[in-house]
Amino acid sequence: MSAAAAGTSKAAHGPDVASKKRKGPGALATAYLVIYNVVMTAGWLVIAVGLARAYLARGSYHGLYYSIEKPLKFFQTGAILEILHCAVGIVPSSVVLTGFQVMSRVFLTWAVTHSVREVQSEDSVLLFVTAWTVTEIIRYSFYTFSLLNHLPYLIKWARYTFFFVLYPMGVTGELLTIYAALPFVQKTGLYSVTLPNKYNFSFDYYTFLILVMFSYIPLFPQLYFHMIRQRKKVLGQVEDYSKVE
Amino acid sequence: MSRTTFFEVEILDAKTKQQLCFLDKVEPHATIGDIKGLFHRLYPHWYPARQALKLDPRGKSLRDDEVLQSLPVGTTAIMYFRDLGPQLGWTMVFLVEYLGPLLTYLLFYFRVPYIYSHSHAFTASPHPVVTLACACHTFHYLKRLVETIFVHRFSHGTMPLRTIVWNCAYYWGFSAWLAYYINHPLYTPPSYGDLQINYALAVFVMCELGNFSIHLTLNSLKNGSRNRKFPVPTKNPFTWLYFFVSCPNYTYEVGTWVGFSIMTQCVPVALYTLLGFVQMSIWARGKHKAYGREFKDYPSLRMAIIPLIL
Repeated sequence: MSAAAAGTSKAAHGPDVASKKRKGPGALATAYLVIYNVVMTAGWLVIAVGLARAYLARGSYHGLYYSIEKPLKFFQTGAILEILHCAVGIVPSSVVLTGFQVMSRVFLTWAVTHSVREVQSEDSVLLFVTAWTVTEIIRYSFYTFSLLNHLPYLIKWARYTFFFVLYPMGVTGELLTIYAALPFVQKTGLYSVTLPNKYNFSFDYYTFLILVMFSYIPLFPQLYFHMIRQRKKVLGQVEDYSKVE
Repeated sequence: MSRTTFFEVEILDAKTKQQLCFLDKVEPHATIGDIKGLFHRLYPHWYPARQALKLDPRGKSLRDDEVLQSLPVGTTAIMYFRDLGPQLGWTMVFLVEYLGPLLTYLLFYFRVPYIYSHSHAFTASPHPVVTLACACHTFHYLKRLVETIFVHRFSHGTMPLRTIVWNCAYYWGFSAWLAYYINHPLYTPPSYGDLQINYALAVFVMCELGNFSIHLTLNSLKNGSRNRKFPVPTKNPFTWLYFFVSCPNYTYEVGTWVGFSIMTQCVPVALYTLLGFVQMSIWARGKHKAYGREFKDYPSLRMAIIPLIL
């Protein structure tokens, strides 16, 4: 619990911390966040193991989604808590940015993969699930170690290096999945509302999905380059500090 | 023998703290506006409207009419400069922001080709409420234009370009979206027929009158003496909302759009109303807090935008 004490003593040094406008999470919040991040790391490890076992059992990549469907839904949806963490202030990230990232994952999990059963056997699903799994295991363990003030350089390096491959991999899987869902959405009119109706409203989920796909064009490069910039900032300082902080 | 102590003004970039210019022999009674003029001569692309000069890099911008010698500075004043970006005069801004929705809606009302299916080009809707809605919507934006030109007095002369682009996208986009449904060949008139339409129309008209009354009241306030006063109810019954809220203009504006939503029974309109309500509540609460801080005798019964609630 020395990390928790370090958390509180940081808050006690009023003037210099106040200039940063944030006091940082208190002891209780830090403990909660550690538990949260440990649980999430474990959850995504379960998914990883589930994928590996299913592959070994079946001998093929096909249809592995079904073996990890439930933990995937549970732990990906659980990430909504992270929006709350930002809103309450125990995590110093932007609510809007975090909200956007989490909801886009939740959207893909529920509104595309879960809702359009026909895409669940697509290989593109495996592509993004794998990318998400590796990313999240690294990310949540990164947060866990950071909160405990004991971050192994390997985890930091992995977090800011693996994304080079995982980001494009995940995006490709997501886009291919949405694309695969399109004909079924159009055929069944899934989640769509047509005119005429009492409330004079219409919504075409098919067009909406196409717009979502297009939105990747401006958004993905921004996120990608942001991570590259972060990498320079974070890993660029490696000459100054020792490997274990 | 007159001894005028000249001032020296050093202007630094607020972010990089680099010295941008050093003005010597500045008259003590020079205003910030004058200094901005001098700065503009050295940096022609930074016209005065896009300059923000401050005494503290993170503090508030100095007003153009502030006099140099009345500022808390020594004879060498250090000011920090921030580029506000390209600016547009407010008349242009509001003309564009309000003319857009007005004209866009009409495009849909007259069913200009390529919006709806070809067979419906330039046809008219059989429902009277559609024409009524068009009249109300057009009236609303005409009123705003008239107020912009003849009534409002703006404290800042300009608005940054980015804000205008965003505002236009919002106003124009939403107006197109709701006009699309109201003027659609498959539009369904309100469930409770004329009763609903007339009730909603009454609400709409009352709120437009109310909103206009408040704008006139606020205008007369700014005409007054240097001593700032907060707005109070007058003989006009519409201003009696001031007993209950700090920003009745926003209250009436929300009321107008609620009326329009009920009149058209259209979800996109209701959504627009909701978003407008959220934004105006934020503004109202800010204004309400500012009033409370500035005036010690500010009435405690008043809420920001909704009587007794918010």
